[in-house]
Amino acid sequence: MTTEVLERPSGEAPAEAALRIADCDIHPSPKSLEREIYPFLEKRWQRHLERYGARPRQPFLNGPAYPKGQPDAARRDAYPPAGGRPGSDLAFMRAQHLDPNNVGFGVLNPLKSGQGLQNLDFADAYCRAINDWQIAFWTREEPRLKASIVIPYEDAAASVREIERCAGEEDYVQVFMLNRTAEPMGQRRYWPIYDAAAAAGLPLAVHAFGFGGAPITGGGWPSYYIEDMTGHAQSSQAVLTSLVFEGVFDRLPGLRLVLIESGFAWLPALCWRLDRVWMRMRDELHRCKRRPSEIVREQVFLTTQPMEEPGRPRQLVECIDWIGWDRLLFATDYPHWDFDQPDRVLPSWVDAEKRRAFFTDNALRVYGRQMP
Amino acid sequence: MTRHVVAPVSEFPPGTRRCVVLEGRRIALFNVGGRYFGLLDRCPHQGGPLSEGVLTGLVEAGAPGDYSFSRPGEILRCPWHGWEFDLATGRSRFDPRRHRTRAFRVSAAPGEELRAETVPVRVEENYVVVET
Repeated sequence: MTTEVLERPSGEAPAEAALRIADCDIHPSPKSLEREIYPFLEKRWQRHLERYGARPRQPFLNGPAYPKGQPDAARRDAYPPAGGRPGSDLAFMRAQHLDPNNVGFGVLNPLKSGQGLQNLDFADAYCRAINDWQIAFWTREEPRLKASIVIPYEDAAASVREIERCAGEEDYVQVFMLNRTAEPMGQRRYWPIYDAAAAAGLPLAVHAFGFGGAPITGGGWPSYYIEDMTGHAQSSQAVLTSLVFEGVFDRLPGLRLVLIESGFAWLPALCWRLDRVWMRMRDELHRCKRRPSEIVREQVFLTTQPMEEPGRPRQLVECIDWIGWDRLLFATDYPHWDFDQPDRVLPSWVDAEKRRAFFTDNALRVYGRQMP
Repeated sequence: MTRHVVAPVSEFPPGTRRCVVLEGRRIALFNVGGRYFGLLDRCPHQGGPLSEGVLTGLVEAGAPGDYSFSRPGEILRCPWHGWEFDLATGRSRFDPRRHRTRAFRVSAAPGEELRAETVPVRVEENYVVVET
């Protein structure tokens, strides 16, 4: 008889363990604002945060919708044993995720920052602090992890300054925005951001959520969380459509876009639709010179989580065949509740070459990095 | 069937849970108000550790606003994506036929009856036993 009392799962090696993978969506949190963020935030903004709070451009005071059965939108098993929020303890992140899942390259995407705050000066200061914090508390301590440059994107001039301030630091691998902006993302008030990202040679990453002030659906505010969850895919489709037709990709043929956490199975149908309307009505546009599907094939990438899960897994693989195995970047969303487990996302019969592209090589190519 | 002694009853009180490895499989054990339950510690969806899930009850609704809560503590929610399982059967709530995890019979037995086991047991104690 074997009796072994375990406090936590032992981190047994999953089937995918032979392959070192890239995880393009990891969410870190500070253990404490005072200890980890304040050192990078001027005194007056510390006071501001305490007196007035961080007010985003959205009607829900407590932030975006998530299921309350999963506090902090997190896996229930992701609370560090030493205390603190999920995603706030590097040692536990290593033990629970990076080591057992053999993550060799992980991209940090901080969701709580100055992004979307109404006070633009505070937004700028808070974003800068979050950027400095990622380097000091995460990437310097753990070479497998890379940082995102979070920018106060409703203020393009401040965003450009921040991109230029950070771009020399190798640990930043992308410029980070959220997909619900105050105006459609292709509009020219945001162009200086894209110019700066392209000039710095960094991909533009656009993650689900955001604070545009508009409802997530074209028909107004939905009743249920589950509709928000579905709406992220629609928001990303609106982002892509706007960037394509406003001519951002033609203006910056070197720009790479990474759409994060909004699914991918919708991409083939969207491309068919974009191509069809572009063929018939492109004389309405000044700047979109290339066929939309061609732009997507050259400049657009998507992270995988949350994977669509059709009843027949073969259909998922077919869909990836349509998109191309060179377009998708594996992501887990750790430590969030809708985490994808790497050894369970693709059917076992998908061949090794495709798996390597999907789990590792596409990400390293997009970010221009080697495994550390 | 093999019977595995996993703990003296006195060390596995109501409201507690533990995880054991039996024959290479991790099994999540629960004591809910004196009743014992055991499930394979692996969600059939993506492999989440069920031993770290939240124990809740059965919420049913015939119509909006008309709901009932029963069987407190006997429904387990996976810590990852919130799939719910019946502790007694291992069957999922949303698709009991197709999606389930294995349930194990867990009971208390007197040490007297277990003397044939290869582990030392004391006849005056009761033990929690898992059948695999």
